[in-house]
Amino acid sequence: MQKYDDLTEFVLRMGDSALIQAQRLCEWTGKAPALEEELALMNVGLDLVGQARNWLDYAAELIGDGTDADALAYRRDERNYRNVLMVEQPNGDFAVTMLKQFLYDVWQFHMLSKLRESKDDRVAAIATKSLKEVTYHLRRSSDWIKRLGDGTEESHQRMVKAIDDVWRFTYDFLQLTEQENALIDSQVIGDVRDVAAQWQTKVNAVFVASTLTVPKPAEPFYLNSREGVHSECLGALLAEMQYLQRAHPNASW
Amino acid sequence: MRPGNLEGLIATDQESAPKTDKDLPFARQVLADVMDPEVPAVSVVDLGIVRDIGWQDGHIRVLITPTYSGCPATEAIEEAIRDALIAAGFVQAEVIQRLDPAWTTDWITDEGREKLRAYGISPPSGSASKRSLTSEPPVVLCPICNSDHTERVSEFGSTACKALYRCCDCLEPFDYFKCI
Repeated sequence: MQKYDDLTEFVLRMGDSALIQAQRLCEWTGKAPALEEELALMNVGLDLVGQARNWLDYAAELIGDGTDADALAYRRDERNYRNVLMVEQPNGDFAVTMLKQFLYDVWQFHMLSKLRESKDDRVAAIATKSLKEVTYHLRRSSDWIKRLGDGTEESHQRMVKAIDDVWRFTYDFLQLTEQENALIDSQVIGDVRDVAAQWQTKVNAVFVASTLTVPKPAEPFYLNSREGVHSECLGALLAEMQYLQRAHPNASW
Repeated sequence: MRPGNLEGLIATDQESAPKTDKDLPFARQVLADVMDPEVPAVSVVDLGIVRDIGWQDGHIRVLITPTYSGCPATEAIEEAIRDALIAAGFVQAEVIQRLDPAWTTDWITDEGREKLRAYGISPPSGSASKRSLTSEPPVVLCPICNSDHTERVSEFGSTACKALYRCCDCLEPFDYFKCI
């Protein structure tokens, strides 16, 4: 596994999370439950691809060995991906997809809000730009959690099952590494130490309003996204996403 | 074609001379005719995408900002601006993207808003700086009959910058340019 300096690792985490979430959303192309939902899923995905590109452009500049955003996206193995575990999980049904989106949106919203105060101008600029889009994403995903959780018996049951399926990965949103704490202490990035508590508060509020039970905080287990130890589904996702550039390096149109 | 229409297509002495830093106001006029590829009713100037037109190292330099991070038109816009300036007599044109400050619909000019409405797209309602997205839903006017009795059909429309609405009076569906 390749290790970079603290800031690069952090920027990769933000960029990789947006990229993998976007890739999962793309899988809905042509099979969303309604045309409007398909438009929405694709538009959210498009915003996230753009955000990923902004982060990965910066990561490539920080790495400074001639790499670029495309190479980082299409030529890295899963051990070198730093995305949060939630976004790589399979889409499941629409309830799982919207739950994953919501849990990620809450994290993004609070992270980006704080990152706007980063001393690093580039991090602050990308965060400020992204937050406008993420505010919209979060409003929509929160609405869906309520509609499904407090909807029909079946939609409620599907939300309950979705929570059972993916809640255990949420610990990954809540922890900070020593390196991230060092970035905060030096004010390179904004103080994101409160994000875990803010995430929990927002998730609780929406779950309660949706008649959903809030599970106990998830306990860490052996998966560690910062060390590139992902669930096995990330490898399969990358195999599809990276196929063209792996088979035909530098192909373009 | 009437002979009058050929005017402007025939290069005059003034037009064939390479443009200089004295011609920056002219460059602004040129960009006012570069249309957004996805909303061809409005120009890149109307939308507030063009942030600065300057002269640096002997050539014109235009700063632009993307509307949305993932807007697929951004590269096409860069190219269209460069091509238009070169066609207008600037020997070299540099287009640079800036994220900061982040684009807001508050930068869409009044003229741009009017053009959007005429094109059938309801312009952003209110000011992004004064109203958070999470607060009360905006009052969206139907671009056809001007009724405020409208409803949202979908949070997203044909492009990232728009949402789908329907007029409850004239029943016409329409795009709303989201306020961000």
